Amino acid sequence: MAFERKHILGLQELTAEEITLVLDTAESMKEVSERDVKKVPALRGVTVCNLFFEPSTRTRSSFEIAEKRLSADVLNFTTSQSSVVKGESLLDTARNLEAMGASMIVIRHPMSGAPWLLARTLDSSIINAGDGSHEHPSQGLLDLFTIRQLKGKIEGLKVVIVGDILHSRVARSNIWGFMKLGAEVRVVGPPTLIPKYIENIGVKSYFSLDAAVDGADVVIMLRIQKERQDSEFFPSLREYSRFYGLTREKLKYAAGDVTVMHPGPINRGVELSSDIADGPGSVILEQVSNGIAVRMAMFYLVASARSSS
Amino acid sequence: MSILIKGGRIIDPSRNFDKVGNILIEKGTVKSYPEDIKKLEKASDVKVIEAGGKIVAPGLVDLHVHLREPGYEHKETIRTGCESAAAGGFTSIVCMPNTNPINDNASVTEYIMLKARTEGVVNVFPLGAITKGENGETLAQIGEMYEAGCVGVSDDGMPVMNSKVMRHAMEYVKAFGIPVISHSEDLNLSGNGVMNEGYTSTLLGLSGIPSASEDVMVSRDITLAELTGTHLHICHVSTVGSVRLIRAAKERGVRVTAEAAPHHFTLTDKAVAEYDTNAKMKPPLRSETDREAVREGLRDGTIDIIATDHAPHSEDEKMVEFDQAPFGIVGLETALPLSLKLVEDGVLTINEMIAKLTHLPSAIINVRKGTLNPGDQADIVIFDPGQKVKIDRESFRSKSRNTPFNGWDLKGVVLYTIVNGNIVYSV
Repeated sequence: MAFERKHILGLQELTAEEITLVLDTAESMKEVSERDVKKVPALRGVTVCNLFFEPSTRTRSSFEIAEKRLSADVLNFTTSQSSVVKGESLLDTARNLEAMGASMIVIRHPMSGAPWLLARTLDSSIINAGDGSHEHPSQGLLDLFTIRQLKGKIEGLKVVIVGDILHSRVARSNIWGFMKLGAEVRVVGPPTLIPKYIENIGVKSYFSLDAAVDGADVVIMLRIQKERQDSEFFPSLREYSRFYGLTREKLKYAAGDVTVMHPGPINRGVELSSDIADGPGSVILEQVSNGIAVRMAMFYLVASARSSS
Repeated sequence: MSILIKGGRIIDPSRNFDKVGNILIEKGTVKSYPEDIKKLEKASDVKVIEAGGKIVAPGLVDLHVHLREPGYEHKETIRTGCESAAAGGFTSIVCMPNTNPINDNASVTEYIMLKARTEGVVNVFPLGAITKGENGETLAQIGEMYEAGCVGVSDDGMPVMNSKVMRHAMEYVKAFGIPVISHSEDLNLSGNGVMNEGYTSTLLGLSGIPSASEDVMVSRDITLAELTGTHLHICHVSTVGSVRLIRAAKERGVRVTAEAAPHHFTLTDKAVAEYDTNAKMKPPLRSETDREAVREGLRDGTIDIIATDHAPHSEDEKMVEFDQAPFGIVGLETALPLSLKLVEDGVLTINEMIAKLTHLPSAIINVRKGTLNPGDQADIVIFDPGQKVKIDRESFRSKSRNTPFNGWDLKGVVLYTIVNGNIVYSV
């Protein structure tokens, strides 16, 4: 099948076939990353702009390496200030970048839906690098890629997502991705951070980590934002960690070959004890290197959809 | 110049009048319902409007309009807001006090009244703020604003959170016999919410405003109305819970009335699906269950009237991230076709629909509007309820274009709007 999307805004919109195509393409991109000369000419002459309205060393670097390995010209535009504080609207900023020749814009934004605004208005292809509490499709895809590589399949796996589901874009992308490829998805966290309507998507929600982890093949730990404890979502990080932090003890209930994932950066001792983060079931560093291959695949497919349309 | 409206179906629900006939307008008032019109038709100083097959009704009355002037003239002015009203068939509108400066004292009221008299083509009735600067703490100059022309007080846009202040406001207005018009919302529960809390907000990762945020405050306001005996009018009812609360309050005799906005009885939060900021308003578009409850409330009379919550915002302000966009949509020029849809769907009869847009809203603010008795000021709308229309925001008279209904195929076209005997709008 051919990939026909000009933008990648979220995994909710992608079909299982499209997701599988990205993962398959990422396999060959991974092979590029293992060569001595880690470069192919797929995006030669294409200007890609990384428009980051939130600090994110990890994701931005990963996108940038992916772009460079595909021979794109890369323009980085990073600001921690929101467009409104700066006085220029998001659309004006993006239109300026387009005028400089960018035909692909990778956007990270603290507000849900910001990439949609650009996709609706601009000619450029928009790649969502994480928008507010909405989606983080490249993270979802790289988690799928990592698990598929490790376990050989996604279908039938029991996947548990732990933590702040309410505010997590990683959670939403992982829920869609794993569900579309046939996994059973569970979410668990304090009731204040589990949206009331989440089960309508087709996941099962839990408030007890022990129950949720029972028989799990994959456990995805979400980063907990420290500011949440100040807005009455839970009393303290200590208490959060006591009930929802993953320890060897709790992991006993999971499948023997359970894989533990974390999108990073980790609050050691809060979401994860160090022995798990650094232990044999952890693929956290593997996730990081797979991220480059998956992002290369995203660019590659969007670029070919652009040139064929 | 006199006007003869000939052969229309005249509907005046205030006195259960529904007959085909003629209306003669002279010197700005409804002169008579002449049966023999041969002479009149030939008279040189009589303009004849053929209304055969059309509906002739009292000019529509909208209890909930943001005219934005003074202070936000880039969104709307009193002049353009009135023109928008006339194009929608409205002849009287009530404007909210959240301007800049806020209408919290007589000099602002007088400014609005003066502007409306000199530049506005429809009747404008201002509402004063409940508290100074809408700060929710100290009472505004309610008595002086009443003397200057305010027909009620409201906290629209910035709800009075302090229940004691609200109690005092409800007690104080009794001296002037005006209602308290409440935007019932618990701001703490709403938090930084930007749309209805539900399945759609969960998918979109947008902060939700729970229905409880409205229900809690409707409950409080009804309780205070019961305590004080004051007439409480509740704005833009959007939830199952508040319909239920208002119905129960009415059953036990509390002086409470309520309005619903066309977008709440037409759309659900699914309209937000692609982060459409023209589907962002307060209260937010709710679930299908809520929408049905609002329609049932309109049907059984729990919700007395239809009001637009016309809230213009400029294109630049709306073309931003969903979180950043201001709340509100324009409503004056889409209200009639959307209300006629209620008739088509069997929720209301045409007479009930007209009542909810004419004499019932007038009664809430105690003004003599929305009727067509001989001797009344001639405020009249003539419309064709069956004529198809494609909503085109570029054709709006309003200064703003923020509507979720652009491109919709509806029925109902305003042919003439007459205010005080003058044709202020015709197609």
